[in-house]
Amino acid sequence: MNTAAFMMFLVIVALTLVITYWASKKNNSPSEFYTAGGGLTGWQNGMAIAGDYMSAASFLGIAGSIALAGFDGFFYSIGFLVAYLVVLFLVAEPLRNLGKYTFADMIAVRFKTAKIRGFAAFNTMVISIFYMIAQLVGAGALIKLLLGIDFATSVIIVGILMTVYVTFGGMHATSWVQITKAVLLMAGTLLISILVLHKFNWSITGMFDQVKEATPLQEKFLHPGVKYKDGLDTLSLTMGLVLGTAGLPHILVRFFTVKNAKIARSSVVYATWIIGLFYVMTIFLGFGAAAFVGNSDITAADKAGNMAAPLLAQALGGNMLFAFVSAVAFATILAVVAGLVLTAAAAFSHDFYNQILRKGKATEKQQVNMARYASIGISVISIILALFAQNLNVAFLVSLAFAVAASANLPVILYTIFWKRFNTNGAIWAMVVGLIVSVGLVIVSPNVFHPEAGKAMFVGEPWFPLTTPGIVSIPLGFLAGFMGTMLSRKTGKADHQVEFDEILVRSNTGMDNTVM
Amino acid sequence: MVSKPLTADRKRQKLTPAQYSSIAKSDQFRKLIRIKKTFIIPFTIFFLCFYFALPILTSYTNILNHSFYGSITWAWVFAFLQFIMTWALCMIYYKKAAKFDEISHQIIAEKER
Repeated sequence: MNTAAFMMFLVIVALTLVITYWASKKNNSPSEFYTAGGGLTGWQNGMAIAGDYMSAASFLGIAGSIALAGFDGFFYSIGFLVAYLVVLFLVAEPLRNLGKYTFADMIAVRFKTAKIRGFAAFNTMVISIFYMIAQLVGAGALIKLLLGIDFATSVIIVGILMTVYVTFGGMHATSWVQITKAVLLMAGTLLISILVLHKFNWSITGMFDQVKEATPLQEKFLHPGVKYKDGLDTLSLTMGLVLGTAGLPHILVRFFTVKNAKIARSSVVYATWIIGLFYVMTIFLGFGAAAFVGNSDITAADKAGNMAAPLLAQALGGNMLFAFVSAVAFATILAVVAGLVLTAAAAFSHDFYNQILRKGKATEKQQVNMARYASIGISVISIILALFAQNLNVAFLVSLAFAVAASANLPVILYTIFWKRFNTNGAIWAMVVGLIVSVGLVIVSPNVFHPEAGKAMFVGEPWFPLTTPGIVSIPLGFLAGFMGTMLSRKTGKADHQVEFDEILVRSNTGMDNTVM
Repeated sequence: MVSKPLTADRKRQKLTPAQYSSIAKSDQFRKLIRIKKTFIIPFTIFFLCFYFALPILTSYTNILNHSFYGSITWAWVFAFLQFIMTWALCMIYYKKAAKFDEISHQIIAEKER
């Protein structure tokens, strides 16, 4: 066991528990629990969005992908960042203006039937749980490598911590854990980047020259096409990346933690700067690891390259820097899983329990209690699933969450805000088709079926040739919303649907900022 | 169902559908929608085209594999430009949105009169 790393982990755990203890005194109403009372500033919320978004897949996964595959690894960084323009231009402000606690709230402003709220809440829970399994599997593997604690124990430790933050600290603790993590991650990444640049004599061109020599790919390292050889696969991936963020429930809920659309907008702007600077630095992490750790050592520690960044820290700054970077990676996982648990718990307790089951009549105390039970339940389910998913490819679970978000949530969000004729039927079609097609295509994709043994879960010929479903499932989600609406236009009036003028006025001005 | 006030920086009042329609038809509101559309639609089309140009060019052509300066190829330059584009559009929107806020405040003030 690495003692320095272990001590750093303990410091992170202690720090986050202090935050939770401080936050626990504030969580007596659903509004405090789900959205920190809507009182975060733009700067705080921007940091929290960044902390929620830059997951272990970003820090460990992208650094590893760039180190092993060169340019192709960088596609993730670009897509994850440009996605914020979709969020800023189309989604953030209307969502803040219409919604209250959850993504389903916003859809429910327009469509009053319980069915729609139920589907929206179900999608939120499915996406959050997929994403959480990916983070937990990553956490288990990481802690196992760093501290030598076995996979199951590691997953359970992370699981218990995330449950504690959310159950006792609600959105206050979750937000501040995310803010703390964002600061640590930026500091750690900046430090390594500076060390890498120093090693390359502060010359970017020198860095490109040297990396080309250092990797087995040679010239090819700097060119696209190493990892994504099929053009359609590249397009499908990049489409899922750029459109997925605007449908990710744990990012969407972050717009309910601020007072109004103006602050929602400024938080996206802050987040975009922080996230962008971070992703620029992933080049230095990846190149540094390729040059100073080397391909064979990276793959020896972890086949997928997830250990590239910690190994680079060790190569550049010895054991203390390794310990610090490992602790940052640990904090990253904690912050992201806490956000996911809270999102899924809010969907269960606010949408299913209070709005559908109790018809909005549950007392504040009952709602907060149910949210706490839901957090525990969701954590337990995710931990159990993560234990079974130990051998799954983490990147594929994350890309699945993005694809489902882009295919099932984004069409409904955009149609709800921008399309006058959109009706209940269309909303249900879009959500159901988006979910089923994206999950279904992944099940029959090369991630699950691969002709070579050991490359995927099952040996066999995949029915769907692409590794990500976006290029098919996203257009189908939009098409389903359109067809569902058009085919039921005559009966649409029978729904309890508010007039589009109300949605238009409220989403654009923030007037009458209430739900139901 | 009981509506609860959100911690918004304005007081809560629920309008009737007719009132919403009259706001939606007002000149001020139409102006708001118009200037929003003339900003958001072209810029969204632009950034999506700019973004998808990268994977399309890298997948179906080799033109970005040429050297820009030393070992740095055009692919990396184009990738970095995506970052510059994102930050730039972010700031442009932020500036532009002050105008949206101004008009929507006028609309809210109008309604409260």
